Amino acid sequence: MASIIMDSVAHRYTSKGEQMQEYALKPLNLEWVDGGAYALLGPSGCGKTTLLNIISGIIIPTEGRVLFDGENITQLPPQQRNIAQVFQFPVIYDTMTVAQNLEFPLRNRKVPLQERQQRVEEILELLELTEFADQKARNLNADSKQKISLGRGLVRTDTNAVLFDEPLTVIDPALKWQLRAQLKKAHQQVGHTMIYVTHDQTEALTFADKVVVMLEGEVLQVGTPQELFDSPAHTFVGRFIGSPGMNVLPCSVQENKAEIDGQQVLLNHDYGRPKISWELGIRPENVRLVEQHSDQSALPVSIARIDDIGRQKIVHTALGNHTVHVIVKEGTRLPARPAVLFDPGHVHLYDDAVLVSPPAATGSDH
Amino acid sequence: MKPLNNRAWFLVTPVLLLVAFSAVIPLMTVVNYSVQDSFGNNEFFWVGTEWFEEVLRSERFHKALMRNLTFSAIVLAIEIPLGIAIALCMPTRGPWVSVCLVLMAMPLLIPWNVVGTIWQIFGRVDIGLLGHTLAEFGIDYNYSQNVVDAWITVVMMDVWHWTSLVVLLCYSGLVAIPEMYYQAARIDGASRWAIFRAIQLPRMKRVLLIAVLLRFMDSFMIYTEPFVLTGGGPGNATTFLSIDLVQMAVGQFDIGPAAAMSLIYFLIILALSWVFYSVMTRDDDQGN
Repeated sequence: MASIIMDSVAHRYTSKGEQMQEYALKPLNLEWVDGGAYALLGPSGCGKTTLLNIISGIIIPTEGRVLFDGENITQLPPQQRNIAQVFQFPVIYDTMTVAQNLEFPLRNRKVPLQERQQRVEEILELLELTEFADQKARNLNADSKQKISLGRGLVRTDTNAVLFDEPLTVIDPALKWQLRAQLKKAHQQVGHTMIYVTHDQTEALTFADKVVVMLEGEVLQVGTPQELFDSPAHTFVGRFIGSPGMNVLPCSVQENKAEIDGQQVLLNHDYGRPKISWELGIRPENVRLVEQHSDQSALPVSIARIDDIGRQKIVHTALGNHTVHVIVKEGTRLPARPAVLFDPGHVHLYDDAVLVSPPAATGSDH
Repeated sequence: MKPLNNRAWFLVTPVLLLVAFSAVIPLMTVVNYSVQDSFGNNEFFWVGTEWFEEVLRSERFHKALMRNLTFSAIVLAIEIPLGIAIALCMPTRGPWVSVCLVLMAMPLLIPWNVVGTIWQIFGRVDIGLLGHTLAEFGIDYNYSQNVVDAWITVVMMDVWHWTSLVVLLCYSGLVAIPEMYYQAARIDGASRWAIFRAIQLPRMKRVLLIAVLLRFMDSFMIYTEPFVLTGGGPGNATTFLSIDLVQMAVGQFDIGPAAAMSLIYFLIILALSWVFYSVMTRDDDQGN
């Protein structure tokens, strides 16, 4: 087990003419703390699998260094890194039984027979594969095959990290929850560092202690699920996490007032001189739908559409040219002349999509 | 009741005719000859299984059969491992792929009798590159007089001609393995040999089955190359079943025993191929 440090790591794939393409992974610095459960979250093609493969050694980065416990292992092949990785699609060894499949990584590393058997049994039990132990692996269904792949990732106790590359894509939805819980359990039992790549926010937020959000080869934010939800560092993070995502509205800001389409919103902080083309972000959970004139700072809107999603409704309101989503509890009566009220404590401002941290309170107080 | 539609006969009849003329009728002619004898004048009389018994008892047939079995065993033992080894060494991407494939396909494009002629000249002591060079080194090599030399040359000729087929078949099996499997195996810490045993060999199994069957059948039926190279000699050292058969049927005009021998020959190939096939697919029965 080890802490993993990525020191200004970047990668570009070489195309046919040996010409460098654009960065698949832009230069980044990251530290993965020993024993942490991490999720790498981002849309397809954002470079998360590239990042994962750099850690496992399948890809050697074109720039930067990867350190395991301070030791530079950037050039080491996967065999020598002591890493386990589970891929998107099941990889099983056809001619072996389920138990032999699980034993394979241990046998290759010359683990003593008794320890091997014990570990294999534990993993069989954890993944509920005991009854299939002596069957040929190729005769099982896709779900069970992927369980075997997961098992091979978890079977070794001495790994520096276990990497998962969207491992539950092929799994039946009902089983997904169960497997995720089992992974979590395995993490608590053994305490491996786990890095889990996914494009599914629910998966990321339920699995990980810390989530790394990526977009177009760049890490936008690293934080706990709560941090990502409460203070997204980038408008993309705000939009991507939560359903529906954060409302992002173009605005101009002057002192402690933001102006959206000519309507004013009061802010908690003073941002000084006028700024144009900033954005204001507010989560649908932090917007209230009220009667116009019931509150001075409420902004009049018109209701465009209502989506009923069971225990709550998502109200799509039109504020000028912009849509503001509001989450309303089931059974609440909608105001006849609606207006939206932003919770000032949860309003975030973004300059060029990046979060503007509020200025220290030492400034002039209005 | 639904009226019977006889138009289907129009579709089936051409196939029936084709198969009848190409396979059934010639085969039945052979069957016909194998149970009759003739003293000329196109008069035949029934002899039952006499020819079969004679062929099966004859030492000439036993020796030829042993030569065939030995030859097929040697050829398979060399070509299959060699083919796998070469396929494993071939690049799977890049500009060299097509170069390798063309080089590999080349021997397969050469007709049998040309292969025989090439080696016949190549091995000659007076003018052949191989024969003459060996003679210069003081090695006594002469495929037309020495039994061992003749066998070595025939085997080498077959290996040179047909290993490519095994290589190409194995290669097609190898390139079909997703890169992911190798990555997973490397992460699982598998050695080169473990990767071969756990991934490459199982994934090549189906094409290997085809390779073994084709090479067995072809090598068991070998005729042209040794006929051109040695004509079955020295002595009878390279007289394989097919050469023997032609000598009997065309040379001596013993049509009855020749027909019986053809049928026995055919049944041996059929039976052995079936044995190969069932042994190699035995594990699959419980499979997907």
